[in-house]
Amino acid sequence: MAENAVTPIAPAAPPPAAASARAAPAKPAPALSVAPGPHIASGALTTRRMMLDVILAALPLLAVSVYLFRQYAVFQIAISVIGALAAERFFGWMRRRPNTLGDLSAAVTGLILGLSLPASAPWYVGVIGAFAGIGFGKAVFGGLGQNIFNPAMVGRAFVMIAFPAALGASAYVAPTLGVDAVTQATPLTAFKMMGSVAALKPLFLGMTNGSIGETSALAALIGGAYLCWRGTAAWRIPAGGILALAILAGASDLTGGSPWTFAHHLSSGAFLFGAFFIATDPVSSPLTPKGQWIFGAGFGALVLLIRAFSGYPEGVMFSVLLMNSVAPLINRWTIPTPVGGPAPERK
Amino acid sequence: MSERKNDGPTPMERFLGGLIPENPVYRQILGICPSLAVTNTMEGALTMGVAALFVLLCSNILISLIRPLLKPHLRILVFTLTIATFVTIADRVLAAYLYDMSKQLGPYIPLIIVNCVIIARCEICASKQRVFTAAADALGQGLGFTLGLMTIATVREILGFGTWFGKWLGWRVIPATAPAHWSNWVIMILPPGAFLTLGLLLGVFNALTAKKEKAA
Repeated sequence: MAENAVTPIAPAAPPPAAASARAAPAKPAPALSVAPGPHIASGALTTRRMMLDVILAALPLLAVSVYLFRQYAVFQIAISVIGALAAERFFGWMRRRPNTLGDLSAAVTGLILGLSLPASAPWYVGVIGAFAGIGFGKAVFGGLGQNIFNPAMVGRAFVMIAFPAALGASAYVAPTLGVDAVTQATPLTAFKMMGSVAALKPLFLGMTNGSIGETSALAALIGGAYLCWRGTAAWRIPAGGILALAILAGASDLTGGSPWTFAHHLSSGAFLFGAFFIATDPVSSPLTPKGQWIFGAGFGALVLLIRAFSGYPEGVMFSVLLMNSVAPLINRWTIPTPVGGPAPERK
Repeated sequence: MSERKNDGPTPMERFLGGLIPENPVYRQILGICPSLAVTNTMEGALTMGVAALFVLLCSNILISLIRPLLKPHLRILVFTLTIATFVTIADRVLAAYLYDMSKQLGPYIPLIIVNCVIIARCEICASKQRVFTAAADALGQGLGFTLGLMTIATVREILGFGTWFGKWLGWRVIPATAPAHWSNWVIMILPPGAFLTLGLLLGVFNALTAKKEKAA
């Protein structure tokens, strides 16, 4: 996604030495050396920098989650991150690859996974989710950059199917934890089961029950704005998602459908968290600007579809995985015309 | 009777080949449908393996006996009819003596008719070699198939139910604990668990084979 993101262009580093070194030593240097592109390289745009950005952007979410869920948030995130780092090292060792913990991608996978778990999940959920995510989601495809699906969501889908009791809607209600937030059903479940509509302000601020990182729309917006400003996340994906969800939910509002308005849809559940932090994974989302719009819109529409018509109260995880699976197709479909070049031949 | 050929490996080679080096599940990737469908318990895997072994043995022997009579353009038809006969026997015997297991395996016992392992052995071995070789081949391949099913089922039943032969012998591998400490992996009982387990075990098998070849 890097080439399409609104990245503040870093000062151009000198072109790679290999291009000039290739010139034969005996011949005099040509007056004008023309090497194949890219001619502008940026030392700043590394995986590590992008992952650090995600961690920084997640700080507001972390703050809200720790405020709401206390030690349980710390616990879930810690075991997920440690599990992800251990899994990365383990599978790297199995594949005889150098240590890749330093690029922080595994830490981000663990962080996103931890933020998407309920506060009451037992210890093994985060660990197994991290191993399944890094292993089945990433290592089997050949490591970072080769994965089809978002590793964190693969891990979460794995534990969700493996441990329905620990991650189902009922697991979110755990009064025995002694934390206020988890004494009631999540707003989306409450609406789905009882038809009770949550007030908009606590939904937006995040003073509700839910997965530990998803509750606050405000925190997700702050972190997401930072990600988009830095160019780490492609802004078109969350924009497309928010537009699609707002338009579809707004249309259903106009027909007088449901008391759960488009504003409720936007600020409840994991939608904004997913749109800014999960769907924008640069590996598993499309590269082309048009493709990113399509990807985002498909994500938003699927979230609404799953919320409205399926047995699940929330559909961010499945929407991301479904859209991941069509991302290569979208890429191929939306190959941009190169500047000055001919349009790609259509078959 | 010049057509009574006996080309190919010896009975011992046939038998040993089927167990590991040419294992139907892990080396030939045949019979994957039952390998995925019935392997969430050891009982199902064992019953399926033994049923397939029985059918394979009987049809290999019969095909080998009638191999001078086979006409090239009709041989697949003859194989299928022979296999279908023994599958029907196996299916009825299971329904009579192991009713619950027969219910649990459902359509997968009748589906042995189209199991590629069996038709492949009829084609590769039984229609070309003597009865004794064909029987050894059937035993090797059948046991190899059973071994394949049981290794998958071992992983799936231990992780999915915490038991090993839980229904028949009641062996508990992972002690039952509160959900806060450990829980069974429901995904391992469901179809995704079958795909994941088969893929991982295939990987393990390939890695071991590669290691062995490197050492040799």
